Amino acid sequence: MSTNQYAAFYRINPATAAKAFQELVDEGLLYKRRGIGMFVSPGARERLRSQRRERFFADVVEPMVAEARAIGIPLREVIQWLEQREGEEER
Amino acid sequence: MIERIDIDHLTLRYGDVTALDELSLSMVGGKIYGLLGRNGSGKTSLLSVLASFRKPTSGDVRINGQPVFENQAITSQIAFIRESGDTVEDTEKVESAMRYAAYLRPNWDAEYAARLLERFEVSTKARIGSLSRGKRSALGIVLGLAARAPLTIFDETYLGMDAPSRYAFYDELLNDFMEHPRTFIISTHLIEEVSRLFENVVIIDRGRLVVQDDVETLLSRGNAVTGPADVVDQFVNGYGFTVIGTRQLGRTKSAMVYGQLDPEKRAEARAAGLDLEPLALQDLFVHLTEPRGDQS
Repeated sequence: MSTNQYAAFYRINPATAAKAFQELVDEGLLYKRRGIGMFVSPGARERLRSQRRERFFADVVEPMVAEARAIGIPLREVIQWLEQREGEEER
Repeated sequence: MIERIDIDHLTLRYGDVTALDELSLSMVGGKIYGLLGRNGSGKTSLLSVLASFRKPTSGDVRINGQPVFENQAITSQIAFIRESGDTVEDTEKVESAMRYAAYLRPNWDAEYAARLLERFEVSTKARIGSLSRGKRSALGIVLGLAARAPLTIFDETYLGMDAPSRYAFYDELLNDFMEHPRTFIISTHLIEEVSRLFENVVIIDRGRLVVQDDVETLLSRGNAVTGPADVVDQFVNGYGFTVIGTRQLGRTKSAMVYGQLDPEKRAEARAAGLDLEPLALQDLFVHLTEPRGDQS
């Protein structure tokens, strides 16, 4: 697939599509091979996973705690729910 | 090839009405530009001067360094399509408009034109005067795209077209631009529909330039900051953001700001309990061109 095909699919300017791919190259998630195209870097999947693991508590857990507080669900109840889920998964 | 377009202190007056007021801007070739402005802001005036349809009162318009007015070598490279392709006589048939374009346009692609007419369901046998407004716009689009002119200008060429036809236009425009890169300038009021097609946007108001920037830059700079009024004010004034609009409901205030919001400021806003939301291009446009009390 070419960046132009992405541009056509998403109906966006091809320069915008090219910039998005360039950002992924700059971040090391993709690499270019001259005359052939762009490829996913070998460690890309693991890097993305570890980035998301780092952000998990700030991006996912914190807002959940804030929401629970705002609507009056005690954290104890949340913990119990999580423990129950854990129990189900272990079974 | 259009390398660049330079507009320098361009003024256009009709009698005592000033349509363009010392307008200066530059464009580099090979991009899709969006030209946005309210009714009467000077969009059509600007495009008419650019296409050499009008002589400027003062100032300068150059393409590749050459003045455009009455410059055949330059104007032959420009296709200027107005509201509804009014380039030929109403009494003529669509097929004679095609023949005329083939004669006039050095890069005319007759096969592509035929394909487009079919896609927009415009009959070649139809008399132009008998076409509906939407079909006339479609005819204008066909004349504009198939001309493959190095500089193609569509001035609100969508009037009367229904949404499926307009999306067909956007798809054709994008695909043809990628296959045959050239310069497009598109003026429109349907901002949200087309904003993602633009690489660069020019906003004018009352004959003057308000802002010109890449779409992504514009979008990254426009944000709505919402929260308790005093917290919003403190944040916005503290960093000296340009406030382009405010709305208030009870104690909750939303300030639309224009300026770079780096990650630190974002984190600070969030920690203060403020909501940040990017502004859509249409909102930015509305607020950047809104008459404000503090301006004369």
